[in-house]
Order: sequence, then C-alpha cells, then structure tokens
Amino acid sequence: MEGYLGSYATLGLLLLAGVLFFTAAFGANRVLRPSAPADPFGKREPYECGLDPVGGDWAQAQIRYYVYAYLYVLFAVESVFLFPWAVVFDRPGFGVTTVVEMAVFVAVLALGILYAWRKNVLRWS
Amino acid sequence: MEDLKAPSIDYAAVAPILILFGAACLGVVVEAFVPRRARHAVQLTLALLATLAGLVVVITQASTRVTTAVGALAIDGPAVFLQGAILVLALVSLLLMGERKLEPGGAFVPQAAITVGSEADERQAARAPGLTEVYPISLFAIAGMLLFVAANDLLTMFIALEVFSLPLYLLCALARRRRLLSQEAALKYFLLGSYASAFFLFGVALVYGFVGAVDLASIHTAAAESDRDPLLLYAGLALLSIGLLFKTAAVPFHVWTPDVYQGAPTPVTAFMAACTKVAAFGALLRVLYVGFNGLSWDFTPILGVVAVLTMIIGAVLAVTQTDIKRLLAYSSIANAGYLLVGVLASGERGLASTMFYLVAYGFSVLAAFAVVTLVRDADGEAGHLSRWAGLGRRSPLIAGLFTFILLAFAGIPLTSGFISKFAVFAAAMEGGQTWLVIAGVISSIVLAFPYLRVVVMMWLSDPSDATPTVSVPGVLTTAALAIGVAMTLLLGVAPSLLLDLTTGAAEFVQ
Repeated sequence: MEGYLGSYATLGLLLLAGVLFFTAAFGANRVLRPSAPADPFGKREPYECGLDPVGGDWAQAQIRYYVYAYLYVLFAVESVFLFPWAVVFDRPGFGVTTVVEMAVFVAVLALGILYAWRKNVLRWS
Repeated sequence: MEDLKAPSIDYAAVAPILILFGAACLGVVVEAFVPRRARHAVQLTLALLATLAGLVVVITQASTRVTTAVGALAIDGPAVFLQGAILVLALVSLLLMGERKLEPGGAFVPQAAITVGSEADERQAARAPGLTEVYPISLFAIAGMLLFVAANDLLTMFIALEVFSLPLYLLCALARRRRLLSQEAALKYFLLGSYASAFFLFGVALVYGFVGAVDLASIHTAAAESDRDPLLLYAGLALLSIGLLFKTAAVPFHVWTPDVYQGAPTPVTAFMAACTKVAAFGALLRVLYVGFNGLSWDFTPILGVVAVLTMIIGAVLAVTQTDIKRLLAYSSIANAGYLLVGVLASGERGLASTMFYLVAYGFSVLAAFAVVTLVRDADGEAGHLSRWAGLGRRSPLIAGLFTFILLAFAGIPLTSGFISKFAVFAAAMEGGQTWLVIAGVISSIVLAFPYLRVVVMMWLSDPSDATPTVSVPGVLTTAALAIGVAMTLLLGVAPSLLLDLTTGAAEFVQ
C-alpha cells in the first residue's frame, strides 16, 4: 500500500471484486436457469399488455414556426434583463456606464432582428 | 444604497477578443445589407482583416501579465501565446473556407434549409454560391476560443465554451456535397457536445460546493488549505475534465470525432482540428496548472491512463481506416494523447512543450486537409483511400507535399512532428512520467503504419481509371497549403524560433 499508485490499491480491489461478483452472478444464472424459454403469442410485442399503439409516431410541425421561436427568445431575453435594469438605472451610483452597457446589450440583440428583417423571415408568404 | 463600482477592465489586454466579437457582429450587418454578389468578397476580407488585426494587437500585448475584469480573465503568457496561435491558425483556415475555385460556389451549401435531394436542392447544388454566413459564424467561434484560453474562472470558461461550440455545430452542417452525412455529423456533435457541456457545468457546481467560489485562484487556495473531505473537489475535477477532454477528443470521449471530421465540410474540419484543439488544451492547461495544481499527485495517474488509452486506441483504430478524413480524425485523437502527455509532464517544460506541439500540429493538420480538398472527382472530394492509389504518378507535386506532411505526422526528423513529440516526451521524462513516454513511443510506431501505407499507396501503385484528378488550387488554398508545409518544415529545422517563445510564455498568473 505504498508508493505512487499505492492509494489506488483499494480502488483496484473494488474493481476486481465487482468483476468477480458480476461473473459469478451471471455464471450461476446461466447454469441454473432452464434453457427452453417460452415463446407465447405477443412475447415480442413492444407492449405485452394494454392497448396496441394506434397511428404513426410521425407528427409534423410547420418548420416556419422556428423563426418565431427564435425571435420570441430574442425579445424575451431582452426584457428579462431590461425590467430589473429599468427599476434601478437612475439611482445614484449607476450613471452613464449602466445606460451604455444596456445599450450595447440591446444593440447586439437588435442585430438579430435586423438580420431577420433583411432576410425576409418576418414576411409570411 | 452603497455606490456600485463598475468593474475595471483592461481594454488593451482584452482588445483581441473585442475586435473579433465586433467584427462578427459587423459581419451579420454585412450579411443583411451588402448586395448578394459582393457579399463573399466583403465577408472574407472582413474576416481576414479582423483576424489579422486581432493578431497584431496580441503581438503588441506580448508582455502583458494581468488579470482583469475582476479576475474573470487572465491575460498572461500562455493566454497571449495561445490567442496568437488560434488567430494564426484561424487565418489559414479562413483561407481554406474562402476558396471558390475548386468547386463552383465554394465548399458550403447555398441554402441549408432546403430538403436534401429535392429539385430545389439539385438546382442549388449546381450553381448557387455558398452561404457567406460562415464567416461571421467562424468569427464568433474564434472570439469564443480567445475568451476560452483566457478565462480565469469556471463560469467565464463555461460561457466561452458555449460561445465557440455553438458556431462549430452549425458550421458542421453546411457541407455542399454529401449533405445528409454533414447534417448527421452536426447533430451528433451537437448532442454529444451539449452532454459534455452539462458534465462541465455539474463539475463547476461541485467545485463551487467545496470552494465557495469559481475563480481558479480561490480553488487553488482551498485545495491546499481546506481541511474538509476533498471528495466534492475530486468529483468536481473529474466532471470538469470530462467536459474538457470531450473537446480535446481524448479516449473514451472521442467517439464523435471520426464522424464529425468526416461529415463536416473539409475547411471546417481543418479549422476544428487546428483551432479547437488549441483552445481546448489551453483551457485544460489552465484548469490543471492554476486551479488544481495542488492535486496533481491525485489526478496524474487517472489522466495518465486516459492519455495512454487515447494514444493506443487512436493509433490502432487509425490503422483500420479506409477513408482519408477518418484516418486524419483518428490521428488527431492519437495526437490528443501526445498532447496530454505534455500536459501531465507538469512544470514549465510541460507547458512550453504542449504549446509548441499545439502550434506545430495545427499547421501540419491544416496543410493535410488542404490537400484533401484538392483530390476530387465529379462527386466532390475522393475520400476513399483506394482512390489515392497512384496519385504520385498523376500529380507528383501534391503527392510529394502530402507525403511530407504524413512523414511529419509520423515524427520523422527535420519535420515539426519530430521536434514536438521529442519536446513533450523529454518534458514527461523530466517530470518522472516514464510510463507515459513508453506508451507514447510504442503508439507512435503503430501510428506510423497508416501514414506510410498512404505514402506507399500514392507512390508505388499504378494509377487506375478511378484515380481522381487533382484540381488546380486557387490562390487561397495554395497560400494555406504553402503556409502549412513551410511552417512544418521551418519548425522542424529551426524549432528554437518557436521554442524560445513558448518557454518565455510558460508562466500562468493567478
């Protein structure tokens, strides 16, 4: 239990014990179990009981909604930060820096809207 | 109410990051207002100028050693060096991205949203010029990487990780040819990447639970002085490492690499192989050397096992590959292992040799992917290795350059590959990690085989009808290829130029 890797001996023992336990358990399982599994009707269905699933699993959504989701996020994120800022920005200690910082933040988000507008995604044809 | 103090920011020190972010935003405006015909030229020029400007500012900041923005950013030797490395490599990758001679319209899809295989898709594949959004997207990624290597607390590091990862996911999906493969690659990269980010975030939470702060200096102090049970700290470090090792493509977190490298447009693959590696290893170095250096006795055996696995598995699987891009991907995995050896060597030597390796490997891999973009037939790039047979007879120049790069990867003397491997192994020997060096040397021998197989195939087989033609490269690809090959040679014959730089830069500030 000495030397550079000595403190890892416990971990090594644990791993070894884990491997042995796993092998023993599955080995015993294999030896003891009957080797003629039943194969009744419905054994290989996804659900052995209950209603059969009806209809396909493929539901389509109009791809164009994603643009609205994006734009919503733009506005929502903006307002999440704007409201607390609006309450405090004219208090002493905040000053011009605060206003400029928020202007930079809004300008970066506005860039996204500008881009969306120029790419005609705001027009639903 | 007490007065708020605005955090003091050393704007000169963070200027490269700001320039790149500003240029990326400007790129979005260009995309919105400049007429379609002029866009490509304007965007490419803007991106190149911004990267160049960033590089110039980084060079003027070469002797800066400060922490700024309330300790969130550390602009120190390694940060400045790695920022410079990222910018230089990004400049070369941008040249590859800008190439439009090889294929009408460039390597990128014109409209990513058009269904693959539809009539509209066939129409756009034939003629339409590729997306120009790739330039602002790449600039965002580069800016994120610059921030990543300078981040001095774990939250800033996480944000930077996302800032450079999200653009990369997007870029992967934009290949003009084999679009389904490209989209699959992007989705895989995105899902696994978000998974890794979640690990990183959990790690941050656990470390915060132990330390009560997220900045690396406090972590360092707490790890040394706190007498609480360090289990939380160990678990946190383990999760952080998983997040970072994913980005460096270390085994067992490497499974995304071959698929993504193969599916992504080749210029983007080159960009990822060169720049992402620098950024990811930069952050890993900072976390391990600044925050957790007190624990190196504990993490070295575990990360050592990761390094050995990475080298061996990367090398062995590279032998079985039949596609050139997958082969380069596995070689990139094995190289992540060699880099990890440098990281674990610890001390100044380890840091300096890792940084040297990153730059040397970056240039070689950019040149390798530049050649991959050139070897093509009617269906785009000819990736399958059997198609490369006899290339040496058809186009001796390109085959010769590629042979040189492969020899550099294999670590033959007089190439940068030899010097960089020698440097990390020497540092590891000095740091007392002989077992890593033994594994490294054995895996390099294995790894030489796939490279030499390609060389033999190119020169000793007869060209068949299936041997593709090598396209005449445009100015941009020629420049990228020339820079990559020249640097591989230069760093091989005169490594002291860069070694002095890395040794001078090899000290973190707290």
